[in-house]
Amino acid sequence: MVAFIVRRLLGAVGLLLIISAVTFAIFFLVPRAAGVTSDDIAGRFAGKQPDAATLAAIKDRFGFDDPVPVQYGKFLKAIVVGDTYDTGTEKIHCPAPCLGYSFRTNQSVTDQIVDRAPITFMIAIGAAVLWVIVGVSIGVLSALRRGTIFDRAAMGIALAGVSLPVFFTGLLSLAFVVHRWNLLPEVNYEGLSDNPFNLILPWICLAFLYAALYARLTRAGMLETMNEDYIRTARAKGLPEKTVVFKHGLRATLTPIMTVFGLDIGLLLGGAIITEKTFSIPGLGQLALDGVNQSDLPVVLGATMVAALFIVLANLVVDILYGVVDPRVRHS
Amino acid sequence: MARKDPAELVNGSAEQSGTRGAPSAFLEVRDLKIHFPTDDGLVKSVDGLSFQLERGRTLGIVGESGSGKSVTSLGILGLHNKRNANVSGEIWLDGTELVGASQNDVRRLRGRKMAMIFQDPLSSMHPFYTVGHQIVEAYRVHNDVSKSVARKHAVDMLGRVGIPRPDRRVDDYPHQFSGGMRQRAMIAMALSCDPELLIADEPTTALDVTVQAQILDLIRDLQEEFNSAIIMITHDLGVVAELSDDILVMYAGRCAEYASVDDAFHRPLHPYTWGLLGSMPRLDRERSERLMPIKGTPPSLINVPQGCAFNPRCAYRDLNGDKSTTERPELVEAEPGHQVACHLPLEKKREIWESEIRPKL
Repeated sequence: MVAFIVRRLLGAVGLLLIISAVTFAIFFLVPRAAGVTSDDIAGRFAGKQPDAATLAAIKDRFGFDDPVPVQYGKFLKAIVVGDTYDTGTEKIHCPAPCLGYSFRTNQSVTDQIVDRAPITFMIAIGAAVLWVIVGVSIGVLSALRRGTIFDRAAMGIALAGVSLPVFFTGLLSLAFVVHRWNLLPEVNYEGLSDNPFNLILPWICLAFLYAALYARLTRAGMLETMNEDYIRTARAKGLPEKTVVFKHGLRATLTPIMTVFGLDIGLLLGGAIITEKTFSIPGLGQLALDGVNQSDLPVVLGATMVAALFIVLANLVVDILYGVVDPRVRHS
Repeated sequence: MARKDPAELVNGSAEQSGTRGAPSAFLEVRDLKIHFPTDDGLVKSVDGLSFQLERGRTLGIVGESGSGKSVTSLGILGLHNKRNANVSGEIWLDGTELVGASQNDVRRLRGRKMAMIFQDPLSSMHPFYTVGHQIVEAYRVHNDVSKSVARKHAVDMLGRVGIPRPDRRVDDYPHQFSGGMRQRAMIAMALSCDPELLIADEPTTALDVTVQAQILDLIRDLQEEFNSAIIMITHDLGVVAELSDDILVMYAGRCAEYASVDDAFHRPLHPYTWGLLGSMPRLDRERSERLMPIKGTPPSLINVPQGCAFNPRCAYRDLNGDKSTTERPELVEAEPGHQVACHLPLEKKREIWESEIRPKL
């Protein structure tokens, strides 16, 4: 088991290295191939109409004229051990993991990510709790009552849920629940010090989408599992139906759903972009989106790396959990 | 043979037998019907089956795939979903009627009073729980004992069915067992509450021949130990010959022939039974000819052939005029303790068996 985890960890590090190289190449190499010079990039940092000396200083500070592999090396080195920038007047130390400084605000990208990650976490975790409970329960009930009114209604709503994007349900709920009917206050969440229940509307909208997906997944999985021979055996042993359904049926059904959950939560932790934009919540997704809109390369790069990290980590956790949950994986 | 007068069974309609009350036999099935409504029509998997079984005895139910053997056994255990199966008739187990009983009452009998050994032990055991856990679960649901007591019992059971070092293997998962071991574990699970009725649904089909023999020996030993009644469901006549006291030949959801093993093998009276015997490989006799398969295929259970269900495949149907294609033969007692559903006159059948069938076997 330990060897398995170590192997997976090493694999995860390698995967992150590859992702960083590809991301770096896309954000630094492709613009250059399209004719953007290091002067242009330095110009974005300097602001309006800089003189040649300022540009040169900036280029020197960030090493924009170095060969790309060297720049990539410095980028990686900064993440591992930190970096020190010499502005001429003072030396700024950026501690590891250093992702550089925003071209627009001159803030440390790492600090910005650390500031905003908890907000995205709150959105993702809150919604995940909702959608797992609601989605799996409805899926199980639907499977057990296959073909009934409940099943048809639930699956109809689920189909709608899968088809309706958050920017639609979000705007609709903002317009009616918040503004027309005044049932809930404006969504206002800027950090962990705020009341997390301000996020109730984003949670519901995001969870609606995923709960619909999970209800369908659970229903399909449950229908398949309940036809398995071992379920018949469980019944033949005289186990109460509750034990048959939950201990024998649901247990086997949830294992593949766990994999999907790992991917979904990993993706969301890196930034619930549409939800954050719809409800104007300053999370990681909003940070990345602003970075893209403002051509703020260090921010985009940093946000991408963090999002990739979460997906890789979530997958790692799922792989390890799979070994815990499914003995057939553990022993092979 | 400890049987009630079969003629009474045959002649009694469902209503009459309903008023007759509890039988003296340990297990008595009366006019059991299990029908499945489908989009294509009503599938009559079991259509009026009656038999009985005493403690310590074994009934072999044989027939081709789809003849209703497994559906019958699941019906006795009450494992058909009431939503997609119509079950009617009566199943009396030790004085309790099961078809009309509540689901919960039948559940309490399952595993304790009646247990089942399934065909494919790999898919029949839960892959996520240890073998020991699954036996403990079966034991504790009917016995109010602590986990450690139940675990000791599970180890005992595994040892009893011949699994080496059961104290270690008890914590293994099904996939860590070999096929034969899994079937032994399955038997240990079924026997964990000392059931009085054991249904074995093709318990040796998935196993190789040497293991098959061991499993059959095991079942026989355990029957002697517990004095259980056993229903052995199989398409393997060899298994039936070895283990059973009585044999019930099923065809298209009905009983074609019901007799003692001795009668069924030495004086069979139904052309279908002849066919089964002819298609059985035998090692105890020299044979110059090839096996004789029964021509044709089992009938659809939605559109069962008019008259005798076996008539399209029967070589002797023309001996009856058109009776075989128009009138369904009832199950009647042709000889004492030997029931058969066939229009051919008894003398004719004896003659065909002696002159045409037996010499070729």
